[in-house]
Amino acid sequence: MALTSLDDLVAAIPPGAMLAVPTDYSGVAMAATAALVRRGTDNLHLICVPASGMQADILVGDGLVATLETSAVTLGEAGGAPRFQAAARDASIRLIEATCPAIHAALLAAQKGVPFMPIRGIIGSDVLAHRADWKVIDNPFAADDPIVIVPALSPDIALFHAPEADRFGNVRIGRRRELATMAYAAKTTLVTVERISDTSLLADERDAAGVLPALYVSQIAIARRGAWPLGLWGEYPADGAEIARYAQMARTPEGFRAYMDAFVQRARAA
Amino acid sequence: MQAATAHEGLIVCVARLLAGLHHVAVGASSPIPAAGAMLVRAQDEIAGREPLRISILGSEEHNFFTNGGVELFDCAAQGRIDAFFLGGGQIDGQGNINLVGSGEYPRTDVRWPGSFGSSFMYFVVPRVILFREEHSPRVFVERVDFVSAPGTSAANVERRGGPHALLTGMALFSFDKARARFRLESVHPGFTAKDVGAATGFEYDAPASVPQTAESDAGTLTLLRGRVRRELAESYPQFASTLPEWREAA
Repeated sequence: MALTSLDDLVAAIPPGAMLAVPTDYSGVAMAATAALVRRGTDNLHLICVPASGMQADILVGDGLVATLETSAVTLGEAGGAPRFQAAARDASIRLIEATCPAIHAALLAAQKGVPFMPIRGIIGSDVLAHRADWKVIDNPFAADDPIVIVPALSPDIALFHAPEADRFGNVRIGRRRELATMAYAAKTTLVTVERISDTSLLADERDAAGVLPALYVSQIAIARRGAWPLGLWGEYPADGAEIARYAQMARTPEGFRAYMDAFVQRARAA
Repeated sequence: MQAATAHEGLIVCVARLLAGLHHVAVGASSPIPAAGAMLVRAQDEIAGREPLRISILGSEEHNFFTNGGVELFDCAAQGRIDAFFLGGGQIDGQGNINLVGSGEYPRTDVRWPGSFGSSFMYFVVPRVILFREEHSPRVFVERVDFVSAPGTSAANVERRGGPHALLTGMALFSFDKARARFRLESVHPGFTAKDVGAATGFEYDAPASVPQTAESDAGTLTLLRGRVRRELAESYPQFASTLPEWREAA
């Protein structure tokens, strides 16, 4: 397993990469996001699995995202995501509208090595109307049964934050199985963790099912409180006051810039 | 006993819409639907019935899913979720909902978060309750600007779910799937049928005389202000603190 520095970890993300990131409660690699901003990796095709918050808003606000594929972007209790909203209004990014289970289904197709996955619902929505890559087919096993199919989605990079990895490269993901789905589907998986365990996380049969094997993990870097100001399950809650402060400052481009200057510095110090 | 507050009235309305069900899923930032579900669960337990199972999304305490974010959708696809709540920046008279934005997509004038799972859940959950506290012509429009999920579908489209009711801060509507049309069922205390008409941008059916939403009884309010308020405080501390409190005598 390649244990690396945070800067080297994000250096593995090339400009233009299709980058998959998880939703706020799953384990968002915010320290790595700050490092990515510092590096200025741009032209990203960001895929939110299946929605995002401050992470997507920061990457969009910093001009690093060319295409944003998501079911939603919101700061939750802190309200709307201001830079995302501004980018949508100005059409300064290419937006690919999705719905949560379709993103899961597309990753699942990649996981299974099949070209597409059928999914119920969606027919008659404008989400479907704006997706040239989704199709409606006739169920080949029944008469007169239209059903949506979505193509397999294989991101270049999956990036997330988890509580711990072991020195063999296995990563604890607990019940956040969407992290495994992302890793199975992606070509490269980059993980930041709070700490490295000396003993194998697979040693105890009782919680081995909550571990992503090293087979799927490309690089790991330590980032303490690496999800901050978002929370990390089982470790620390989200810093609601900080997210609210971001929401307030990011209302203007100048406020956003001021917030980011400090955010990137703080991440460097961490 | 102090009469029900507006929020308490809505919680009791939600509970009535969920009575007799087995499993309801509630979004992360939906304290009123969650409180309604917790009220039903408490009532079930007191009556000796199998209690309503509640999944609160994003909660570590009230969420028993172990297969990640997809499990909610799989669970719904299997028919294991009886009721779910959806809202939207716009809802139209045919039950179409818009969670994306107002104006001409993609250059929306006002951008909302996005469709989330609505494009799917609206089709597979039998009893979708549309909940939007703000009752105004900008929310309840004749035609949504973007269809995150349609209210009804062609006969050959597999669909067991859809709008069951529309609950607002002013009134309760039912939905007639065959006619793709809402019907005003009752008006909450403090409002009239005329108020509802003025604040609704789409046409709907209404009885000649529109009843007032039934008042909450003292037993229900006691339960709400005691046990439910305490349970709610675990997930929604801020909202729970705004509800009246009732303590048993020591």
